[in-house]
Amino acid sequence: MRKNALFLLSVLIIAGVVLAACQPAAETTSEPAISDDASMASETTAEETVPTEFPRNETIYVSGAAWGPASTWNPFQPGSLANTTGTIGFVYEFLYAFDPQTGELTPWLAESGTWADDTTFDVTLRSGLTWTDGEPLTAEDVAFTFELGKQYAALWFSPMWEYVESVTALSDTEVEFKLSSDPLYQEFENNLYNVPIVPKHLWENMSEEDITVGVNENPIGSGAYKYLTNSEDRNIWVRSEEWWGNDVFGVPAPKYIVDIRTSSNNVALGMVLKGEIDLSNNFLPGVAEMADKGYVKTYYAEAPYMLSANTAVLFLNTTLKPLDDAAFRRALAFAIDVPSIVNVAYAQLVKAASPSGLLPVLDKYVDQDVMAELGYYFDTAQAKQMLADAGYVDIDGDGFVETPDGEKIELQVTCPSGWTDWMAAIDIIASSAQAAGINLKSAYPDYGAWNTELQGGTFNMTLNNWASMSNTPWTLYNLLFRHPIQDQMQSGNFGRYDNPEIFNLVDALARIPMSDEEGMKEACSAIQTAMLTDMPMIPLWYNGLWAQYSTSTWTNWPDENSASPTLPTTWSGYWQLGGLQTLINLELVGE
Amino acid sequence: MKRYFLRKILIYLLTFFLAVTIDWLIPRFMPGDPIRNMLTRVSVSSNATAIQMMYDYYSHLFGLDLPVWQQYFNFWKSLLQGDLGISTYLFPTPVTKVLARAVPYDVFLLVPSILLSWYAGNKFGAFAARSKKLDNTLSPLGYILNATPYMWLGILLAWFFGIVLGIFPIAGAYSFSLQPNLSLKFIGSVLHHWFLPFASIFLVEFGGQAIGMRNMIIYELEADYSHYLGTLGAPKKLIRKYAFRNAILPQITGLALKLGVIVAGALVTEVVFSYPGIGYLLLAAIQNQDYFLIQGCFLFIIIGVLIANFTIDIIYILIDPRTRMGMTGETA
Repeated sequence: MRKNALFLLSVLIIAGVVLAACQPAAETTSEPAISDDASMASETTAEETVPTEFPRNETIYVSGAAWGPASTWNPFQPGSLANTTGTIGFVYEFLYAFDPQTGELTPWLAESGTWADDTTFDVTLRSGLTWTDGEPLTAEDVAFTFELGKQYAALWFSPMWEYVESVTALSDTEVEFKLSSDPLYQEFENNLYNVPIVPKHLWENMSEEDITVGVNENPIGSGAYKYLTNSEDRNIWVRSEEWWGNDVFGVPAPKYIVDIRTSSNNVALGMVLKGEIDLSNNFLPGVAEMADKGYVKTYYAEAPYMLSANTAVLFLNTTLKPLDDAAFRRALAFAIDVPSIVNVAYAQLVKAASPSGLLPVLDKYVDQDVMAELGYYFDTAQAKQMLADAGYVDIDGDGFVETPDGEKIELQVTCPSGWTDWMAAIDIIASSAQAAGINLKSAYPDYGAWNTELQGGTFNMTLNNWASMSNTPWTLYNLLFRHPIQDQMQSGNFGRYDNPEIFNLVDALARIPMSDEEGMKEACSAIQTAMLTDMPMIPLWYNGLWAQYSTSTWTNWPDENSASPTLPTTWSGYWQLGGLQTLINLELVGE
Repeated sequence: MKRYFLRKILIYLLTFFLAVTIDWLIPRFMPGDPIRNMLTRVSVSSNATAIQMMYDYYSHLFGLDLPVWQQYFNFWKSLLQGDLGISTYLFPTPVTKVLARAVPYDVFLLVPSILLSWYAGNKFGAFAARSKKLDNTLSPLGYILNATPYMWLGILLAWFFGIVLGIFPIAGAYSFSLQPNLSLKFIGSVLHHWFLPFASIFLVEFGGQAIGMRNMIIYELEADYSHYLGTLGAPKKLIRKYAFRNAILPQITGLALKLGVIVAGALVTEVVFSYPGIGYLLLAAIQNQDYFLIQGCFLFIIIGVLIANFTIDIIYILIDPRTRMGMTGETA
């Protein structure tokens, strides 16, 4: 008998340990009590009943935006962390949208906006705006949202309060932005289409913690879609039939959006081929061949197939020898075999970048005279000559040059492990640099280790592409020449390039009003001259706005022949760049 | 019996303690800083003071600002309270919640495939050992299956049945057009999605078990007691029955030893089929240096393997009279 009791006891102990591991954490968590919010989370929204089945002709299946289970619906958390594309754009909306194809800001919640004088921007909201809980969306909400940035330094848009003096609701539909005498116009206009407006009546009583890092389960916004439910590998959105924009912009065609997280890009490719995913925004190597054979559709019917989304820039650690020498850096720029990166590593899915680094949509800010004079191109012989001219010669006969002081050069170029396209690209960078006599090897640390090296400045050379599509060239230059130089560089200038002259030029650009196109061009030209002379980093190619779509269920996708093409993307932060309009334009096959 | 179990439990507790300690230690050897990774995209345009503030806040929140010994101590303290911390990669979701969502899928995949492959593999192996002809035709199949990497077989099955024939789905645990509900359609969809990942684990294990059993049976049939039974005129069926009962014992031990490998194989299979268990989570957690989620995933594996081993220990007592005899001998 005692034997059995002991046996039972031991089983119970172990079962207890397992159950403890599986149960949600006890509510007695230590401070700060963030976990409480998360454990309270329910799986579905209260008001919307979830149907057991989503009819194919009312549902669009997309992938490529989420990289893990959904964890937050806080619009102030960036999409890359949230894994829920649509929290900003579907649920929470902006004053403006930006059309990257035309380069114009277009009114969204705003009906119009005018500069009363150099430092006063008046926005008139559309009439009849409502939150999905039925409350009206007014100028008070807009003022409240922007003021959150003044209150909480942890919110990403809080730096704008260095030059914003006040945001005031003059009436239900009129908001006045009062700027200081020295405003950063470029950033200000960028924020007009990036700061999501939240409802004051629900957010004013929330704690700082809830506002800055809270989960915000069951988000109440004003937009075209409502959050419906999620599970481990999918997020589901349902169209808001009462959306104020249905009369203004049109009704989005799919009633349901099922955003699928696949474990690898291959799975996404298989699902597109089977017609189970309508729009995949994954990077699928070899999709060019699929497009040529007509299995999938892409934006361009031929190379580069994809629109350009951001610039892959080779950052050089300018604090290290010999990367502190401009002559060496310029020679390196000529040594890199970009054509092979485009044709081999990417199989023609990307375009080589302009030496200015600016995306094609910002072409008008590229000074072609400067590019002709100072631009670089792949030419091994010239790179060798430039190295020799600068005193870099091979002394010990190992095939690689030494510094003018006679020291050996050993450099490493990195990218995160598993990013196969970048891994292939840095292999080409390394081998083409070797061909020019530079001892450069490639290495692929884990993402975490790579990121720590990037921000801490302990890398030699590495790739980065964190400036996304924008209304202003300042976004890219703010990444490239971020200043002041600090121990940890989190958002740009990873190579710690310290040149007050360029910093001043970038600061000057930030202060030019968007309406002064000539002034912006002039400022950009000066930046480009300084940048290409000193070559502190090397823009190489444009990463694509990866998009391949199936026309088995939905059609009328944007492509190069569309009259007013929109962006075929579901990435977070792109809904206000035309992503939502793409959904509105879709049509069911056979109707 | 009592001493046997006391000793076993002590060994299991010690193993648990060591395994969990290693589980805590390993992620911390990874180069890089999890908080910096987490903050990377949060604070693209925040100023330096705000970033430092957030860094300190999160370090404190995750207890990473404490001395290492204190972190280790706190880890055990909260573990015993059932708190595995907060995931940095899926911030601010608690690890227990992440696991609670994912682990059922792993159990659903692992338990049937292990049990069925063990049962079917042994039956098949015993069957194959009956005659030279069967042995020559069937055994190579077992060798090939056993030597197949889980991932490779998974990709092959997904490609052939999922894409070429198109009769099985290649992603998800149930159709992306369905919501969980108690209908035949939903249950059918769950089974439909489960089948291929199940099959790829099942087949590899099946091959391994079949070879093992076949070898054991041939060995037992050559043993003295079998020949003795034969000379006594016992029917072949009876001899094979005795051989089978003797051969099954090492097979059970073998299963216990292989459990870790099978779990690892299942995690890879989940990634191939985009099946929502902890396979993909663990991969992502490692890439993002999410200490807490890595710990949680491995804890699940550790506990699972230990429980399975313990169960096997108990089964052993039930089916092997020698173990029982030994124990009564000890206590007598």
